[in-house]
Amino acid sequence: MKPTIVVVGNGMVGYKFCEKLVARSNAYRIVVFGEEPRRAYDRVHLSEYFAGKSAEDLSMSSSSWYADNGIELHLSDPVQEINLEVKAIHSLSGKIINYDYLVLATGSGAFVPDIPGIEKQGVFVYRTIDDLDKIKEYAVNAKSGVVMGGGLLGLEAAKALIDLGINNADVVEFAPRLMPRQIDTAGSAMLQSKLSQLGLSIHLNKITSSIEGDGCVTGLRFNDDSLLETDMLVISAGIRPRDELARLAGLQVGTRGGIVVNEKMQTSDPAVFAIGECALYEGMIYGLVAPGYEMAEVVVSQLTANDKTFNGFDMSTKLKLIGVDVASFGDAFISEPDCRTLVFEDTHKGVYKRINISNDGKYLLGGILIGDAAAYNMLLQTVNNKIVLPPDPEDLILGARGAEQSGGAGVMNLPDEALICSCEAVSKGSICSAVNNGAVNLDALKKCTGAGTGCGGCVPMVKDLIAGTLKANGQYVKNVICEHFDYSRQELFDLIKVNKLKNYDLVLDHHGKGDGCEVCKPLVASILSSLWNDLIVKQDTIQDSNDRYLANIQKGGTYSVVPRIPGGEITPEKLIVIGQVAQKYNLYTKITGGQRIDMFGAHVNDLPDIWGELINAGFESGHAYGKSLRTVKSCVGSTWCRFGLHDSVSFAIEIEERYKGVRSPHKLKGGVSGCIRECAEAQGKDFGIIATEKGWNLYVCGNGGSKPQHAQLLAADIDSKTCIRYLDRFLMFYIKTADPLTRTATWLNKLDGGMAYLKNVIVNDSLGIGDQLEEEMQLLVDSFHCEWKEVVNNPELRKRFAHFVNAPHEKDPTVKLETMREQVKAAW
Amino acid sequence: MEVLEDVQWVLACYTDDVPENGGACVKHGSEQIAVYNFSRRGEWYATQNLCPHKQQMVLSRGMIGSAGEACEPKVACPFHKKTFSLLSGECLSGEDYQIKTYPVRVIDGKVYIGIV
Repeated sequence: MKPTIVVVGNGMVGYKFCEKLVARSNAYRIVVFGEEPRRAYDRVHLSEYFAGKSAEDLSMSSSSWYADNGIELHLSDPVQEINLEVKAIHSLSGKIINYDYLVLATGSGAFVPDIPGIEKQGVFVYRTIDDLDKIKEYAVNAKSGVVMGGGLLGLEAAKALIDLGINNADVVEFAPRLMPRQIDTAGSAMLQSKLSQLGLSIHLNKITSSIEGDGCVTGLRFNDDSLLETDMLVISAGIRPRDELARLAGLQVGTRGGIVVNEKMQTSDPAVFAIGECALYEGMIYGLVAPGYEMAEVVVSQLTANDKTFNGFDMSTKLKLIGVDVASFGDAFISEPDCRTLVFEDTHKGVYKRINISNDGKYLLGGILIGDAAAYNMLLQTVNNKIVLPPDPEDLILGARGAEQSGGAGVMNLPDEALICSCEAVSKGSICSAVNNGAVNLDALKKCTGAGTGCGGCVPMVKDLIAGTLKANGQYVKNVICEHFDYSRQELFDLIKVNKLKNYDLVLDHHGKGDGCEVCKPLVASILSSLWNDLIVKQDTIQDSNDRYLANIQKGGTYSVVPRIPGGEITPEKLIVIGQVAQKYNLYTKITGGQRIDMFGAHVNDLPDIWGELINAGFESGHAYGKSLRTVKSCVGSTWCRFGLHDSVSFAIEIEERYKGVRSPHKLKGGVSGCIRECAEAQGKDFGIIATEKGWNLYVCGNGGSKPQHAQLLAADIDSKTCIRYLDRFLMFYIKTADPLTRTATWLNKLDGGMAYLKNVIVNDSLGIGDQLEEEMQLLVDSFHCEWKEVVNNPELRKRFAHFVNAPHEKDPTVKLETMREQVKAAW
Repeated sequence: MEVLEDVQWVLACYTDDVPENGGACVKHGSEQIAVYNFSRRGEWYATQNLCPHKQQMVLSRGMIGSAGEACEPKVACPFHKKTFSLLSGECLSGEDYQIKTYPVRVIDGKVYIGIV
């Protein structure tokens, strides 16, 4: 019979232990006991439970995973007693299991300080999904909430309160700063000001003397006798290792808690291991998940006849707290005179960066990043690998100024043993040798090394390493489209143009190989459209699904419908038609960010009928499905607004009508504001126009989304005609030269010479292509057609909008809708 | 001794029902089957219509193409671009998914799918 391993605790680390063990050995019978009613879940992302994720979403494994791997799982059945003499455990439900090895992964509980009134109703801890359910239930009747504890978990808990709709959320911390373990006072001040903007009130240096209220909590009384009123209190004042079971069994525990382990993670009984937040190694509890995983790895190694040991763990960390980047690495707190400290602070943007450098200026010792942690990976590598610093170490936090720095060079200077992917423990050396053995793209590399398959944080570095390794081997690193075309998008664009190729198969026959794929097909489709502006449904199977069905596919396989509403101006009559159509076809309606109306939940079969009715009422396709112009947003301008300088609505409509339907490397958004108050948010768009006393200011290459970027001024005080000429040139230049799926902002960031160069090309016509660009754009403008109009009036094209080809009138029976706030929503 | 399973050939649709180098969905009882007309190679394939990644009934609306030196025919799910071999049903994006494939016969403009 196989020897038995009993795992006590089914948290993240307990689960990881099982996962690692079954991947490496089937020599053991594994029995797991968990206290909670559910399978191990992702506690790190617990706050997402309030942001809409379900308990199942957070689960670490599928429901059948344990059974599939032959693991016996007992939930809601905590182990009550360990008998080290006979090597057996007793569970709450009365199970007695003899073990050969015992793994304690009991984790930690919330530390609850002994304050008078702590037992009152409305006081919660923040640790498990059950805790969250209780908080959720109570928060329904709460208007205000306080979190006690300004550490990492406390701030997560505060975010959870905000997500629950509590507008008055306070954080109380007894230390003089937030996240006292990770960041310094100046960093805390920056974080505090960012968090206050988001509606959190922070109280530092506050010692709570009692919790007020008659039965239910009504406030916190501090030792300076001040009172903070609140409807509920969430305690997140630290963690306490769950060592009670070990203590009872007679295993050695630390004076302040924690099960004492050696470098093999063995407790004072060699057959018993402890891992994760319950384990005390050299006087330290490791309260992060990554060292817990490493401990699991050590035990698995011991049980599979290897001898990996635990030697402490780097507690550097990077996270996003309520939308604010916070990172702390190496020795974050060492200060002068033991080192030299460089600090960069931008109170306007809320950025704080501190690096600590050895007194001889050679090595980076550690640091703190608030507001912008993009440099974290590289800085951490610089510390961990003792890389000698450049003569101007301030470049590390300010970026190289003046001379252009080459992208991957920094990464290539790392030593081979530098750990690049910490989730899967992949070093720089193994990545480079995988590249040398033929894994020359990200997918291949992920497959053979596992790097980048966990949290994904290392992917940019992995990409740089691939490019750097190829370059070092003298291989020309070319930005090719995919395995079927050895060209960049710009090269293929020119080839298709010169050879006047009009369809995908011809392009593939002339310039490619194989049978194409989901990368090159839509890319070629976009180029063909940008060049010839033929009807895209003629080559429907090379289009991305949204372009193939001229609608946006949504959860559950239904589509959304967006008619064009130029400039956001719409007549009451048209509004009524949208309402009638949505009602008739049972669609969910929502106003979009681009000042139009989106109708969701349309069956593919209904699309031609829906559009038939919209077109009859004078609507056109809104091209929301295409990589093309979406909307030109406008403010109401001089026709109504007392501040308006020019008629921004009319100009927005003119521009939207001009560029509608033009296919581009990515979607395009525009805006026109009638004055400097900028109500159309034009500077957040690919092109934005703002009225001035003398004419218009034209801004380009702005972006909202995940990496917001302000548009930059291309030309000032120009008249409408010049503005459109510059726009023609700008858009066509972008369409011809950008990489696929690159927005204008990213395109500009990569453009050699940046804005100065772009201005030269567009305004000064330094390349002498101005006229050509304008002509090419005019061709696209003149050949506009509404794709939906063509489909609606063509019975052959209409036929393609069926779910079942052999039962064209039947709708997909798997589509399920439910009701929310009196409208439909996809049931998932 | 080898046991041969009975394959039942079901008339799924007509060749011109399925767009060139694309797919369409066929209803077979309560089952949804995606049929692909790989006209560039003169080949036909069929798989389950459900993408196992996010349980969406959409594979027939995906783009088809080829992967690697051997030009393995594949389909990409329109939702998250997971790709699957049309020959083996294996997920080619490095994940553990597997989809069902069916044999296809085309006779006189009629497309038949083999159901085991």
